[in-house]
Amino acid sequence: MAKAKVEIESERCKGCGLCVEVCGEQVLELGREINLSGYRYVVAVRPEDCVGCCRCAEMCPDTVLAVWR
Amino acid sequence: MKQVFKRPESMTDKPFHFCPGCHHGIVHRLVAEALDHFTLREKTIGVASVGCSVFLYDYFAVDVIEAPHGRAAAVATGTKRVLRDRIVFTYQGDGDLAAIGTAEVIHAANRGDNITVIFVNNSIYGMTGGQMAPTTLLGQRSTTSPYGRDNQRDGYPIKMTEMLAALEGPSLVARVAVNTPGNVKKARKVIRQAFQMQIEGKGFSFVEVLSSCPTNWGMTPVEANRRIADEMIPYFPLGTLKQRDLVDTF
Repeated sequence: MAKAKVEIESERCKGCGLCVEVCGEQVLELGREINLSGYRYVVAVRPEDCVGCCRCAEMCPDTVLAVWR
Repeated sequence: MKQVFKRPESMTDKPFHFCPGCHHGIVHRLVAEALDHFTLREKTIGVASVGCSVFLYDYFAVDVIEAPHGRAAAVATGTKRVLRDRIVFTYQGDGDLAAIGTAEVIHAANRGDNITVIFVNNSIYGMTGGQMAPTTLLGQRSTTSPYGRDNQRDGYPIKMTEMLAALEGPSLVARVAVNTPGNVKKARKVIRQAFQMQIEGKGFSFVEVLSSCPTNWGMTPVEANRRIADEMIPYFPLGTLKQRDLVDTF
């Protein structure tokens, strides 16, 4: 079982990519799908690598991310 | 596993209207976290400025007054003097605080009024369409300085934090940035200290937050973030310039 997990509220996401930039484990990537607002939202492509450092959540301007550890 | 990061309770569920990558959302969250930390939600009054920060009342679960352009510090002074048991903060942009509202903030600081001012400096007029602000950096292009800001014609970018730190009144004057997770953590601590100053009745506290405006800078959010480290921080150095003693509670 993973040590930590990141939960993404994709309808709030504006696809700015600041979280992707700061994630040290390359857990996050901008996906191909778009949400109702028309943004390519962020997805956790390697959720098992998440260490729960919260760097992504700290940088998210739209509080899209919630982190468990 | 327990939840280590969640949306602060002092914020409503409404999604922000800000552009993708705008730092306003981070600053809103840090202020809301400070209110949560000291459980101030029931007795806080926010004062919003004119600009992108005008919709404060939609995003904070506290009472908010909308001040005329630049007058947030004056409105907050009046509010605090009438309702002394409330926590009063203003949230202003650089077009508001450093241009039309310069007199209000300087005199509120000089009087040492017991309020907290959060000053978001993105070096441009955001909501009105990217005009040159007093804080626009030399050489920076904006819609009213299409060839870049020229000091012969437009003067130099104004350093509000340094100006206010020279006064006797303020209890805390600091400049922070939110361009990296480390800087966000430092900013959180300073914003908490600013509210603690007010709780302890030490007087005026002022926090300038360097912020990005990807839309009006004509950059992607990630490029705009880099510009803060490369261009803004060298001119607007980070740090606490003035601070009275606090009881350390965190």
